Amino acid sequence: MIQEEMEDLLRRQSEQDVDLSAEITALQDRLEAEKRKIASELTPWRKVLVARHPNRPYTLDYIAHIFDDFVELHGDRRYGNDQSLVGGPAMLGDYSVMVIGHQKGRTTKERQERNFGSSNPEAYRKAQRLLEMAERLGMPVISLIDTPAAQCLFDAEARGISEAIAATQLLMGGLRVPIVVVVTGEGGSGGAIAIGVGDVVMMLEHAIYSVIPPEGFAAILYKNAAPEQVQQAAALLRLTAQDALELGVIDEIIPEPLGGAHHDGIGMAATLKQAIVRRLEPLLALPVDELVDQRYAKFRAMGKWEVRRG
Amino acid sequence: MATERDWRARVPDGMWVKCENPRCAQLLYSKELDRNLRVCSHCDHHFRLSARQRIAITLDPDSFVETDTELMTVNPLNMEGYEAKLKRHRARTSEMEAAVVGTGAILGHPVTIGVTNPFFTVGSMGSVVGEKLARCVERARDQRCPCILISGSGAGARMEEGILSLMQMAKTAAAIGRLRQAGQLCVTILTNPTMAGVYASWASLGDIIIAEPRAMIGFAGQRVVKGTKSDLGADAQSSEFQHEHGMIDRIVPRLEMRGFLESLIRMTYAAPLRKGASVEV
Repeated sequence: MIQEEMEDLLRRQSEQDVDLSAEITALQDRLEAEKRKIASELTPWRKVLVARHPNRPYTLDYIAHIFDDFVELHGDRRYGNDQSLVGGPAMLGDYSVMVIGHQKGRTTKERQERNFGSSNPEAYRKAQRLLEMAERLGMPVISLIDTPAAQCLFDAEARGISEAIAATQLLMGGLRVPIVVVVTGEGGSGGAIAIGVGDVVMMLEHAIYSVIPPEGFAAILYKNAAPEQVQQAAALLRLTAQDALELGVIDEIIPEPLGGAHHDGIGMAATLKQAIVRRLEPLLALPVDELVDQRYAKFRAMGKWEVRRG
Repeated sequence: MATERDWRARVPDGMWVKCENPRCAQLLYSKELDRNLRVCSHCDHHFRLSARQRIAITLDPDSFVETDTELMTVNPLNMEGYEAKLKRHRARTSEMEAAVVGTGAILGHPVTIGVTNPFFTVGSMGSVVGEKLARCVERARDQRCPCILISGSGAGARMEEGILSLMQMAKTAAAIGRLRQAGQLCVTILTNPTMAGVYASWASLGDIIIAEPRAMIGFAGQRVVKGTKSDLGADAQSSEFQHEHGMIDRIVPRLEMRGFLESLIRMTYAAPLRKGASVEV
């Protein structure tokens, strides 16, 4: 409606040669405010759906649009090549950086090959290998999170999914190069925090970050959870980017194009690139010891409690 | 049979305990069970222990000094029912939280110790548990002594504190990373149960990882796995399975645990290249 009114004004302005710019600006502001209002009123469950939207840009899409060059490296040198997580050196402007990130599939075949973005231990051990390489070569790390959860079936258990997740966090906690983390879609529990330890942690506006998927939480709360109960669980978990910022878990929310990243993937990638570059520059200026101490202090301070006096 | 059970059910509380293992279900004289460190003398089932019981059987008598008791849990997400749940568990266990940490000694060797209590919210890790354990690890670094962490956590991260609980995984992992840099030993002991966010952080990061026999140890809880419409053999989440797959150094029966810990400390802290080590010839 506002859109139509504005188009009408624009038409009249060009046809009748009168200055209606004040009115047009006012309408533009109203339109913008309305769109923002709709975005801000997304329920947590709607956010879950947006974060999981099949057309949402994935890590390799971002890599293609953010970095000038990228060479994907494969395998964990121990067991296999898990394609639910990709990584390798890339050029960010003039800088060599190491990129790692979960990768979901687009087609049915690719989804299966990439295990729907659910990583087995090999994925995290590949990440460890690339992180260690980045440290040796002095390359900053960009980590993009988008996973429903880590793989939890028999094979994952047999090859030590818990150890893989634990060891990756420990490694990132002390890595002697800057790390910028962005949750781009689903930040699914252990699978997400495994590559989520960084100097700066950001989330896209409609991304989610959660200790457990809403379905899993509902399964714990209610024995046979109905869809409404899953939606309710999503709200209870406080899993939106806005919640994470409020709880001190992330440093910044990166705005998405109206309607979500999938409406303008290229625009989203441009915004994401700006945020990464802006956050990376000051980290590069820090002495390494200070950088690592700051990162340690950042995660050490996470959580909420009270101190009882006396 | 039924009448016999009825008769036994009328025995005064605390004298007899039925073995928790359903395939055994023997009646055990509770004083004898305690003397046996709460291990069934018929089937070797290891009963769950509270954090205090665990500390009592691990450390030298009277050596334990509890620390970090001033940390109080809040309800950061305003999760309905969380305060009531805490209140219930506090009343039931006489503990304020699921972790008890402090300093003590094992056969004379100073250590810091952190234990999660399977009787308090099944030992789940929220902000206070994570903070207490991180401080316990840091204290070992400061005091240049080994850190012993014992998990009894069937619930992993504490759901009621949402994303803040998830961050405790990164926090405790980073703390252990610093302990490693400082060249101090970290031993983790996995007891029944050790799952999810606890297993996927500090519990998996000991230089040496020990488990009690037949403990449930694994990543995702059965109910959560079922929620994903897939299946996982029950045997995949046991001490024995994890040991067989190289995730755990040794399975040590409870009665041998204290002596085993002493050996580990003695056999690592006399390393000739260790900072400040002296070789007595």
